[in-house]
Parts: sequence; structure tokens; C-alpha cells
Amino acid sequence: MARLDLRKKLSILADAAKYDASCSSSGTSKRDSVGGRGIGSTEGMGICHAYTPDGRCVSLLKILLTNFCIYDCAYCINRASSNVERARFSVDEVVDLTLNFYRRNYIEGLFLSSGVIRNSDYTMEQLVLAAKTLREVHDFRGYIHLKLIPEADPKLVEMAGLYADRLSANIELPRDEALARLAPQKDVAVIKKAMGQVRLGVEAAKPGKRDKIKPPKFAPGGQSTQLIVGADGAPDTEILDRSASLYGGYGLRRVYYSAFSPIPDASSVLPLSKPPLMREHRLYQADWLMRFYGFSAPEIGEGTAGGMLDLAVDPKLAWALNRREQFPVDVNRAPREMLLRVPGLGVKAVDRIVSVRRYRTLRLEDVGRLTRSVDKVRPWITALDWTPGGLTDAADLRARVATGAPQQLSLF
Amino acid sequence: MLASETDFDAWRTAAREMRLAGVEPAAARFVVEGAEASGQGGLFDEPPMVAHPPATPRHPQGGGERKEKGFSAPAAFVDLAREVILHRSADRFDLLYRLLWRLRDEPDLMKVISDPDVAEAMERAKTVSRASHKMKAFVRFRQVEDARGEAWVAWFEPPHRVLEKTAPFFQRRFPTMRWSILTPDGSAFWDGEQLAFGPPATRDMAPAEDEIEAFWKTYYASTFNPARLKVKAMKGEMAKGYWKNLPEAGLIPELVAASSVRTDVMVAKPAPEPNARFARVIAPDLHAARPTADAVPDDLSEVERGVQACRRCPLYRDATQGVCGEGPSGARLMIVGEQPGDQEDLAGQPFVGPAGGVLDAALEEAGIERADVYVTNAVKHFKHEPRGKRRLHKTPNAGEVQACRWWLDAERRLIRPRLVLALGATAGLAVLGRKPAVTKERGRALPLDDGSVGMVTVHPSYLLRLPNADSRAEARRGFVDDLIAARGLISRS
Repeated sequence: MARLDLRKKLSILADAAKYDASCSSSGTSKRDSVGGRGIGSTEGMGICHAYTPDGRCVSLLKILLTNFCIYDCAYCINRASSNVERARFSVDEVVDLTLNFYRRNYIEGLFLSSGVIRNSDYTMEQLVLAAKTLREVHDFRGYIHLKLIPEADPKLVEMAGLYADRLSANIELPRDEALARLAPQKDVAVIKKAMGQVRLGVEAAKPGKRDKIKPPKFAPGGQSTQLIVGADGAPDTEILDRSASLYGGYGLRRVYYSAFSPIPDASSVLPLSKPPLMREHRLYQADWLMRFYGFSAPEIGEGTAGGMLDLAVDPKLAWALNRREQFPVDVNRAPREMLLRVPGLGVKAVDRIVSVRRYRTLRLEDVGRLTRSVDKVRPWITALDWTPGGLTDAADLRARVATGAPQQLSLF
Repeated sequence: MLASETDFDAWRTAAREMRLAGVEPAAARFVVEGAEASGQGGLFDEPPMVAHPPATPRHPQGGGERKEKGFSAPAAFVDLAREVILHRSADRFDLLYRLLWRLRDEPDLMKVISDPDVAEAMERAKTVSRASHKMKAFVRFRQVEDARGEAWVAWFEPPHRVLEKTAPFFQRRFPTMRWSILTPDGSAFWDGEQLAFGPPATRDMAPAEDEIEAFWKTYYASTFNPARLKVKAMKGEMAKGYWKNLPEAGLIPELVAASSVRTDVMVAKPAPEPNARFARVIAPDLHAARPTADAVPDDLSEVERGVQACRRCPLYRDATQGVCGEGPSGARLMIVGEQPGDQEDLAGQPFVGPAGGVLDAALEEAGIERADVYVTNAVKHFKHEPRGKRRLHKTPNAGEVQACRWWLDAERRLIRPRLVLALGATAGLAVLGRKPAVTKERGRALPLDDGSVGMVTVHPSYLLRLPNADSRAEARRGFVDDLIAARGLISRS
């Protein structure tokens, strides 16, 4: 095979990696390079160094080590039976590219994944070697996200946790039956076992109160996974149940939802269409409700029709429209948990309201200054000088507050 | 008179003096050297004021007596003011002074974030903080060579005056590189040892290119998915004002223009023939090799494989794995628990969590080696309900117990224990085929269909749940007694 030049390889292997939605560089331990031999820092909040016209953040150099793969997953651009051009980086090429990009302040670090070549252990060894070289040879202290090859030896997972900030293994398909059909070489049980190992590793690395010697670090940025939306017929409620189960079982930092997107050279098993971006957006909103607003998956399910989230209104609003007997909520008295359920009030706005109301009794105008849009919250709250009257129970409230039409799939 | 637009210390000193002198906000005026004055008043044209000693020991509200001298601004105000002063708006000094003025009579003012002045100041501080964050993101270094070797230079135009605030970030991140950041407001230099600031710069003082930029642009274009075009979302995070100094931003128009055609081509293209070249390397289909549901297992390893593939009830779906029994195949005693818990589900072994700890200690006290016992569960998958980042145990129902008896019966048939000890009612149901009254029947030998002996006792997690120490100790004694009784039965027979 002719040797490909490095830029060509980069273009193939970045293209091959882009269907993984995760690019986050947040949530890891704080560190910098003062006193070190190299470069790199992580200061808590992740940094997005650029945005592509798909609105996605470019934080990490997200590439595959190779897109050769012995698996044949129907939804994947890199499946063995696809005709895409193949390439492979050497570990040194990955290390050099990462450092060259990092020095110029293009990226926060590396997100390295790979097609499975030869076998799982060999592939995972190569990923670990790249991370190890960056850390040990170059004293690189930026962010590293490594993809787990779930079938690999648990010892390799342990090593990966030593060098990486974040680890991830993708479930990809919300339905087990679909995974068996579309990804016949994958076993969801093996993926879950690997996630379980990561959770135990992260827990073991947390120093106890009386520990004098700190245990070795293990993936301080935790783990994440991805679910593809719209490839296997699973309705939103099933996807959210799956997420809740993953958050509970493996302490995941994030579940990413990736609208199934057209790929070059697609398999005949999965017909292509435009990616369901609005649906993906609603799932992220519902996910936020579960993680930060105290909603359970079944509660969100109450606001769905046929298991699907309403595309015209956000899931919190959909829930509130169904549960109007709970409203209006008095912003000057209601407990925090109830304020979090008010459509239009985010976590920050709620915290502000709770802190200000100790000093002032809030008027509608005050609420307006503490939140983004007072119009959104108006039907759902009472304040010193405001009561929504019949507005909360108005028959046409849904029509008044809905912003988009249900058939509108893309906002942009 | 302030030495520069961001001279916080001078502003602070002047503001303090004016506040103590009782200069009303409408009359206060701050002038930056070489810039237009702000405000309408003319304080600095008036006779010089007496300078007060800086920040006398702070005590809230001057101890009752409302003397101007005792007044001190809260730290929250000072921190906020440090940020707001970096905002490019001309009236920021006046806004801050107005807040300072009001703080004497409204000491809690900074906590009233719904107040228009406070809200405005916070909004500007947020804008500044965002500009600083975007500077961390969008500065692009280019490599140069000079007499001392390689160095790095960036040209950057921040929307607010955040250079000095943000430069230490680059120092922490790139301490082993020599770098300069040039901006229209001033410049920052790091020589490997010291951070220094210099005068405003111009674009032509920075290098015009860098050979790695071609790679960066390649990456940027390749990581973009044309089927997901969301230009508004991109502009929201990467405002157009930044584009001229971002090498990759030049690609945006063509990427946007070509996206719909690229997507249409992908969608319309008929599915291609599978690539034959790689077909021979495809890994084996795991699911084809699954054991069939009704194959009767002949040894424990077949039980293990069967449990992993089991779909007899839906519990497999949210569990990590099936957890089979553990212990010697010739064990005389088999202990049956209810179901694996959170820890067992992750480890794939029975009784390794908190209840396992209780069981191990009780076995030891009863004089039974755990290594001699076959320990298993009535139900092999963890039934639970997710609650945030935890999983709450749920008791398996009769149908699930019944479905899973297939595996427990196989284990009993293969191990042939003399005594099967069931921990709790659910395990009792699985072993006896009926739900026992645990407190009434515990510790007694109960004959089983296969000729072995059954016995029930409490589940160790019951001991963990008892709230008071006395009842816990008593229940534990009863549990150990039952284990001793079990030991008696297996050594007698």
C-alpha cells in the first residue's frame, strides 16, 4: 500500500472519529505545568478552542489511531465491510500531532479511539501506549480521553485509567436486541462489565478520610458513553430509561446522544435520512432534567406522546402543561425543588431567587432580572405584584408558549 | 486620574477618598490618562482632598456610629469591581462608584442581585469573564525562530481588556515555552521565568503564518459533519469578531456552502457493495454462539454461560451481568441469598458487598469456612431502580424467582449439597417452592424433594437494616445460632 502523507491520514482519521459526540475536556482534576518538564494544564472548566459550522465544540484532537476494524457494525463508517479509505497513525505521529496542536493553543488535549485491529488487547495496548508516551516521555499535563475497547484485558483498562482523564465505552444502541442485530461482534454485557470496572476504579482512587498515602489516580474525569438516536426504533422513554440505568449503575458523568447521521458508504441495513437533531436536543434537555432538576425518567415520560418527547416544547414545559395543578408556584416561598420545576427557570436562576428572597420580597420585575425571559415563567409563578390568574389553566396555554412547530425538525 | 483603563488600585483609592468626602455619584468623575473623561462632575478640578489611610481595620458598619470614616466595602464588591473595570464600557467607573455610594446605607446590597445596579455590574463582570475564557480558547500561537531558539507569538484582539487577567493562565499552561501575546491594549511576555507586560502592539508585529496551521485546518474541516449544519449555534459560541484571527475560520464559508450538497449525496447514494477485501478478517458473530435457552447444563461452567445469556425474565437488561454461585463443586453446604446487590453486580461474584461482610463474619463465628461453602443467590441478576447516581435494591417478584429457579435447580443438581440454607423469604421461596414464615421456621431441618435438607434463616442485610445496636446484636446472635445448627446438620449426616 502506498504510504499516505500525514495530512491525508489526519483527514481520514478525524473524519472517522467525528461521529462520537463527546469532545468535553471538563470535570477532571486541576493541574498545571509549573515546575514540570513539559506543557499542559486543566483548570476545571473545559475549553472549546473552536466551533465547526455544525455548532459543535472542538476541544480535543479527536482522532482514531486507525480506521481498520474487524467489527462490522452496520451504523459505523469504519465497519469492516465499508469501502472508506483506510489509514493508520503510528503512536509517535499521534503524540507529535497532539503536542504540535497543543503548543499553538488549538486544543485542550487528545481524544484517542480506534478501530479494532488484530485483537482487542493489541488495540487497547496501542491506545494506552500513546497516552503513556505523552504523560511519561513528554510530561504532558493536558487532557486525555481514551476510548475503551471493552473486550480488552482488565489490566489494560487499569493502565488506561492511570494515564487518561476520562474513559468511555459506547453502548451506541439503546436496545440490546438492536445491538445484537446491527453489531453482531459486540456484546452489551461486555461493555457494561468494562464500565463497572471503571466505576470501581474511580471509587477506589478516591482517598478515604484517614488515608495517609493517596491511592493512585484513576480517570479523574470519570467515564461517559454515547447512545445513537434514531437507528434502532427505540422511543425516547426507552432511551431515557437506559440512561437512568447507566447513570445509576456506573456513575457516568455524561451520556451523549448522537442523532444517527448520514455517513459516506452507508450499509443497506440502515437507510439514511437527515439526522433527527431536534429530537437529540430534546433528549439532552430531558437528560439535564434527570441530572440537575430532580426529575425521574418516568416523570419525564408523563409529558411524552407514544414514548416520544414533544418536539414543539421542551420536556419541562411538556411536563408542566400536564401537571398544571402544581402551579402557580410562589417564588417568594416555594422550596427549591419546586422552583426547579418551573418552566423557564434554570438552576442558576433558582439559586439566585433562593438567595435574594432572604433580603427582598420579589416582584415580577425582579424575577425578570434573575432569569433569561420573564415571559416564559409568567404563567407558572406568583410574585409580590403578580398572579397569573386564569392563565395557568387557560386551554390555549400550550399554543401560546410553544415556540416551534412539531414538524420542524431543525432549528437552524 | 487613573494611569490606565484597568488601573484598579488607583480607582479604588480615588473612589474611597471621594466616598469619604461625600462626593455624590452624579458629581464623581474618573479620568484615564490620555483619554476622555467619564461622568459629568468635576471632582479632580476641585481643590485636592485629604488622603485617608487605606482600609483601616475592617469592622462592619463602623460600630453603630455612622461616621464616614468607619465605612468599608464588602469583599464581594471589591471582587466584582476588579472584573467590571476590565469592561470596555466608558461608564463602568460611574456604575461602580454608584454601588459604592449606596453600600454605606445598604450594607446587604451586594446580595440583592435583583437590584438594577447590582444586576448590571454582575452582567458586565460576566461579559468580562466570558471574554477572558474566550481568550484562553482563541489565542493562536505561531512559531518563530530567534537567537535563543524557538519562540511563540500570538496576535489577539479581545473585546474587553482581559490581557493581564488572562496571561497567567498561559504561564501555567506553557511554562517551558517562550511566548508573547500581542494585543491592541498591550502585550504580555513570558521568557520562561518571568511574566512581563508591555505597550500596545499591532498585527504586523506578529508572524503571518505557521506551517502546522495547514494540519489544523485539515483537522477542522474533517471533524465537521455536514449533515448537522447549525451555523447559529456556532456563531453563538464563536462570535464573528474573533474570526479574523482564527486561521480555521477562513474555511467556514465553503464548509457551510457545500454542506447540503454533501449531505444530499450521502442520503441519495444507493448502498454500495460490501467491501470484499476485509470480509475475511471480520471477527466472529458473538450472538450466533449463544447457548440456547433450554439446553440443560451439564456442569457449572455451562451454568455460568447460560446465566450470562439468560433472557428468561427482563432483569438482565439493567444488570451488568448474571452472578452465579461460587464455591467447591463438592460442597456439603449451599447457602442461597436473595439476589446480587450493587457491588456483586459489578464484581460478578456473590456476597462481596456489605451483606457479604456480615455473612463472612458470622460464618467464621459459627466455625464454618466460607471456602467450603457454595454460595449463590435465588435470582442471578440485580433487580434495582436507578435513583440519580445510585441504584436502590428492589425485591424480585415471584415470577422472577420462578424463572431463575431453572439455574438454582441446576446448581443444586450439580453440587448435590446435604443442606441448602436459604437466607430470607425470597431465597426460601426458591428453595422450598413456597414462601416460608422465616421467624417461625428458622433453624429447623426441612426435608426437600431431592432428598437433601433445607433450612431457612434471616438475610444478613436484615441485620444491616436494624436501627438499634441492641436489637442488631441480638439478631446477629440468632443468625450465628442458625449457622451453628446448619453446621451440626452437615457434620452429623
